[in-house]
Amino acid sequence: MKKMKKDTIKNDSVGVVETQYYTFAGPGRKHKLESGDTLGLITLAYETYGTLNKDKSNAILALHALSGDAHAAGVHKGQEDTGWWDNMIGPGKAFDTNRYFVICSNVIGGCKGSTGPSSLNPATGKPYALDFPFITVADMVHAQRHLIDFLGIDKLLCVAGASMGGMQVLQWVASYPERVRSAIPIATALKHSPQQIAFNEVVRQSIMADPAWREGNYYEYGQPEKGLSVARMIGHITFMSDQSMEEKFSRRLKNDKFSFGFDADFEVEGYLRYRGANFVKRFDANSYLYITKAIDYFDLSGGKLIPHGKTVNTRFLIISFKSDWLYPSHQSQEIVRALKRRHVDATYCELTSTYGHDAFLVEVAEQTTLIKHFLDKTFNGYLVAGNYGI
Amino acid sequence: MESKNIHLDYRIIYSIIEPDSRVLDLGCGEGDLLYPLVRDKHVRAQGIELNDKAIQECVKKGLSVFQDDIENSLREYPDHSFDYVILNQSMQEVKKVDCVIHEALRIGNKVIVGFPNFAYIKSRLMLFFKGRSPITGSLPYLWFDTPNVRFLSITDFKNFCVEKNIRIVEAHYLGEKEIVHLCPNLLAMNAIFVLTKN
Repeated sequence: MKKMKKDTIKNDSVGVVETQYYTFAGPGRKHKLESGDTLGLITLAYETYGTLNKDKSNAILALHALSGDAHAAGVHKGQEDTGWWDNMIGPGKAFDTNRYFVICSNVIGGCKGSTGPSSLNPATGKPYALDFPFITVADMVHAQRHLIDFLGIDKLLCVAGASMGGMQVLQWVASYPERVRSAIPIATALKHSPQQIAFNEVVRQSIMADPAWREGNYYEYGQPEKGLSVARMIGHITFMSDQSMEEKFSRRLKNDKFSFGFDADFEVEGYLRYRGANFVKRFDANSYLYITKAIDYFDLSGGKLIPHGKTVNTRFLIISFKSDWLYPSHQSQEIVRALKRRHVDATYCELTSTYGHDAFLVEVAEQTTLIKHFLDKTFNGYLVAGNYGI
Repeated sequence: MESKNIHLDYRIIYSIIEPDSRVLDLGCGEGDLLYPLVRDKHVRAQGIELNDKAIQECVKKGLSVFQDDIENSLREYPDHSFDYVILNQSMQEVKKVDCVIHEALRIGNKVIVGFPNFAYIKSRLMLFFKGRSPITGSLPYLWFDTPNVRFLSITDFKNFCVEKNIRIVEAHYLGEKEIVHLCPNLLAMNAIFVLTKN
């Protein structure tokens, strides 16, 4: 997240925003999960930007990645951190809040206001910890659907997101195709590959190997900081590319000479430690376990995105990044192939970037051009440009 | 853009394509051919293009386009996915021409092929009198920077269709600014054929 001074909120920012909460699945109305378990009460934290128009046709649902939250744009009162997609959501930006109503909600299983393993279990009055049921990407999406119903929106103009957010985009189309006019899955996959599952398993093992994890019951004692920070360090390596690491750190030393000890000699070591240490302050270790598992279970391959013999009217814009080796372009191309088989109207673009998986947060200009025009076409249909005749 | 500025080949292809049809344009560039088709004839269009900048231009026009090379782009489509598959001024850049045309005829009911005629009189004269590789309006490149990997004449292509059992439904021969009626293999700079399976 970028820092922004309070007194310099830019013209293209949505300004000061407030997180809101929606609670459902109360007593007797528990929410059924894909695993067969149930969950209730469920609270979803969400934020909205822009104004919903009269016929409720301009709503866009932005979907966050693994460690994201409902705070996608603007700033919270008295705070300096801008939302995770602030450079893409705002007046005149890719998701133009002068024209569209943008919603972002924290996933279930998360720890930023939505019900997750760190929430209080109504049955015990204590945090769920490992009593929290296993959730899937489909469960996240079904919960969001309750929120969209609550907001009175029948059909979303667009669902958009990157990485795990992109999986939710695909799941929305698989589960509720008639409620999604367009879909923008970015740097994502139709299913998690063994390499991706492997990274997540190392992440989980590093958390669970920390004695401070205490089989998940650490809430009275504090986070398993060592395990969680190592887990996040692994993540950050996979979010960058060798080129972006070369550009950002090269072999530069923190001090002029080697310490001949196990301190952080290289800038890259310092960076990872800093990122790891920061993460434990803002993210619940059990949420990281549950959400990585949900991503690993994700698989809409083999006709599960759109069943054989059917098609959808949802338009697609699929974006990948050349240097992204965590969610490589061939996975986006697999989505494209699935759509071709079903004659779905779609655009696919592989953007040039050296930032690796992080590119979806950083490569603003080209994504903005693509998304802006794609949304415009979806919202308005064809605008005749000039006197182009034949 | 005024109509006189539009390439003659675009005008011909535009007139061939029926309203409301499904069209796949292989090597669609910036979408200058697909855009008026979508706008005026309510065509359901899909482009295939490799160039980054061209793709951005297509999206700006509201067109749907896949970033891919032509040879890899056809396999997943079910049979008869399109009414027309267009290969205009891109066939000569494809290595596996045979495969691509075969696939195009599988997924499209009709295939529209447009290509520069290597046996055009100006090419012949340049080769004969100057002893140099032809550079013409439709073959504007120097030998070392041409994207073309296939050099063919109208007669070559007709023979190819006979050999591959492909039916030519329509043929259009283009000079620099006008339609050519006589001796096309000598006088036409470009040719456009509409093909179907026999």
